[in-house]
Amino acid sequence: MNSSKSAAFFARFRSLLALALMVLALSLLSDHFLTADNGWNILRQISVNLCLSIGMTLVILSGGIDLSVGAILALAGAVAAGLLKNGMGLPGLNVVLQFTTMGAILAGIIVGGGLGWANGFAITRFQLPPFVATLGMLSIARGLTMLWTGGFPLTGLGDDFGRLGTGAFLGMPMPVWIMLALTAIFVVVTKRMRFGRHLYAVGGNERAARLTGLNVGRIKIAVYTLAGALAGVAGLIVTARLDSAQPNAGLGYELDSIAAVVIGGTSLSGGRGSVMGTVLGCLIIGVLNNGLFLLNVSPFWQQVVKGLVILLAVALDKMNARGRDS
Amino acid sequence: MNPEAVVLLEAAGIEKSFPGVRALSGVSLRVRAGRLVALLGENGAGKSTLMNILSGVFPPDAGTITLDGRPVRFSRPLDAQAQGIGIVFQELSLIPHLSVAENVYLGREPRTVTGLIDYRRLNADTAAVLARLDLKVEPTALIADLRVGQQQLVEIARAVSADARVLILDEPTSSLSSHEVQVLFSVIADLKKRGVGLIYITHKFDELAHICDDVTIFRDGRVVGEALFADLTRESIVRLMAGRESKELFQKAPAQLGEEILKGEALSLPGEGVGRPFLVDQVSLSLRRGEVLGIFGLVGAGRTELLETLFGLHPNRATGTIYIEGNLVKFGSPADAIAAGLALAPEDRKRDGLVLPMSVAANASLASLERTLRGGFVSETRETAYVTPYIERFRVKTPSLDQLIVNLSGGNQQKVILAKWLATDPKILLLDEPTRGIDVNAKREIYAFIDELARLGLGLIVVSSELPEILALADRVLVMCEGRKTAELTRAEATPERVLHAALPDLVASAAC
Repeated sequence: MNSSKSAAFFARFRSLLALALMVLALSLLSDHFLTADNGWNILRQISVNLCLSIGMTLVILSGGIDLSVGAILALAGAVAAGLLKNGMGLPGLNVVLQFTTMGAILAGIIVGGGLGWANGFAITRFQLPPFVATLGMLSIARGLTMLWTGGFPLTGLGDDFGRLGTGAFLGMPMPVWIMLALTAIFVVVTKRMRFGRHLYAVGGNERAARLTGLNVGRIKIAVYTLAGALAGVAGLIVTARLDSAQPNAGLGYELDSIAAVVIGGTSLSGGRGSVMGTVLGCLIIGVLNNGLFLLNVSPFWQQVVKGLVILLAVALDKMNARGRDS
Repeated sequence: MNPEAVVLLEAAGIEKSFPGVRALSGVSLRVRAGRLVALLGENGAGKSTLMNILSGVFPPDAGTITLDGRPVRFSRPLDAQAQGIGIVFQELSLIPHLSVAENVYLGREPRTVTGLIDYRRLNADTAAVLARLDLKVEPTALIADLRVGQQQLVEIARAVSADARVLILDEPTSSLSSHEVQVLFSVIADLKKRGVGLIYITHKFDELAHICDDVTIFRDGRVVGEALFADLTRESIVRLMAGRESKELFQKAPAQLGEEILKGEALSLPGEGVGRPFLVDQVSLSLRRGEVLGIFGLVGAGRTELLETLFGLHPNRATGTIYIEGNLVKFGSPADAIAAGLALAPEDRKRDGLVLPMSVAANASLASLERTLRGGFVSETRETAYVTPYIERFRVKTPSLDQLIVNLSGGNQQKVILAKWLATDPKILLLDEPTRGIDVNAKREIYAFIDELARLGLGLIVVSSELPEILALADRVLVMCEGRKTAELTRAEATPERVLHAALPDLVASAAC
């Protein structure tokens, strides 16, 4: 396990093995687990977490953390829903802008990206620790969501918009399409684009990256902007699936996405990990939740089990890293 | 100075393997009271592994360690410490945000009757130890605010203060100025008088004559020679270490100077917060094509800061003007400096130079990634094709380009950094302590590369705290002291005495009067 490739391969292989064992065990324990319907079900369920987790992977690879994605998800969903339903009155003018579905979708993504950009700006310009900057943003975005919605759900958003969450194309649910497309895009971005390589370098050694002439600030701002925009996409999916923007949507989702990234083998200290690992992490969490539900395990126990899986995954990763270092 | 003095610590038949590597096979070592045994050997010969075993960092696979004739087993560093074995690691192991005193007495803090830390005693005791090492920093100063050389002395202070009976020093002088080295040697002599046994790892032969009693030579995880230092010649030591005849370390080719490529006028860098008002104080310099400009100075003289200023690392604080090939330039960031043809290989490779979780290839291509793109995407084929000639040119020893950089020896890591910068096609290469912690063969190779690059028409600035290195490499020597330029000497003028004279602060002060 000396070369980076074989080490990465084994790290991935270990998660894959864990996933395969879980699938095997659950298929034996439950008749309902290994069915096509249940498979789509799991994929649909993890699509939101995966959107967030891809962004979180970028942030964690860069050596940071983003606690605000759940709150940004809620605000982006609420903004899209509000614009779609009520339009936007321009202050001082007696004009209300009406939004098409596509316009509302774009607005949601832009809101997410904008708040993410603000995170990155605070982190690079004012040198705030990412934990603090995004903790502040969590509160700000949650508060703005309440202000925008008045604390009530926005419902009745129309079929066009709803298709984003419940529609299907060529037999595959839309959220799954979105999730696959984003995965493909960000695998390429992280592995094959200059930005991706720079991202690993910044997370692996920020000082060295700066001395090598990389624009560390710009890379970090891009990372947080992407994480915010992806949270926006997740917010649209959640809102469309429920045909309703809940002011409390996405509560605690940031922790689920951090869990998926960590289970997927990405190091919280930055510079090591991959988007594909995170996909596996999301799948493991999704299959676990689904399987425990099918086995009629109480949701309280599900949380306990999920926590144990996180600890186990990181402990294994540490043991692996120790073997590499010596 | 009795060669038959009582054996304090003895290791016998030590074996240790790591995945894929046999680090030590059947190694033995004796440390006698009041004597210093030097461990010599190239990087990767197994010296540091043995020291880690003796200090309890990890256990041996086989073999015995006896202390005062009793077999001992250390399962963690604390066990070794408790038995009186102290170690100064090659890699600094200080806690940056604690004070000097808190680091020196970490884990052994004096307590008041109430069980709280007795800071008055802690700081007083530390001040006494620092005075012994002639280290002029406050016990309450933060480690993070100290220069690397000062940090290394704090590390030594920690080991000395623990009253160890056996003290291991793993390349303690790698970032010390020559004055600090002299102080360390007198401390060593003092420890020997008190009957302390010392193990000393170094790559610098010149140091041995001052302190060494016994020599044990390692090669490829085995002991290949044990002798009294007095019975050995430099030639025989080098032959045993390398297993082949040694040549003269380095012979510089005559320089062929071109036009001026870099000029800095009145470069200044104000200090941040406390301390001296200026880290770099009105330094002017000039560099021509094909020239190697050596910058010598003690630790804290501002050499590193001068390079950083040239490299655009302090755009808001630094003042002065820089001309590249006669054109006035203003660098807002290292990226600007790189675009103008500069490259900097930093002093602390692991902290500033390498991205440790990445591969050799990714580190080598990091500064010139745009040249490995195909249709906007990083092409691995193209990346390999692009970096391979540079990796081969510097004769980097690595099983493959995919190898993680962290697994390479210090010398090979430094060569990868050189390869990375050469790949950007620079005009001016700034090298900060390019051979720090590197074995003698890799050093010779790096000297040869520096010479070769100068002959190809690059301008090079080499900062070093090793006087022989500066004198061997440089066409011109710029000496710094406390941020100021105190001398500029041609190769012919640069005698060790003149250079040292200009570098020592007390002499400069008296000369100014």
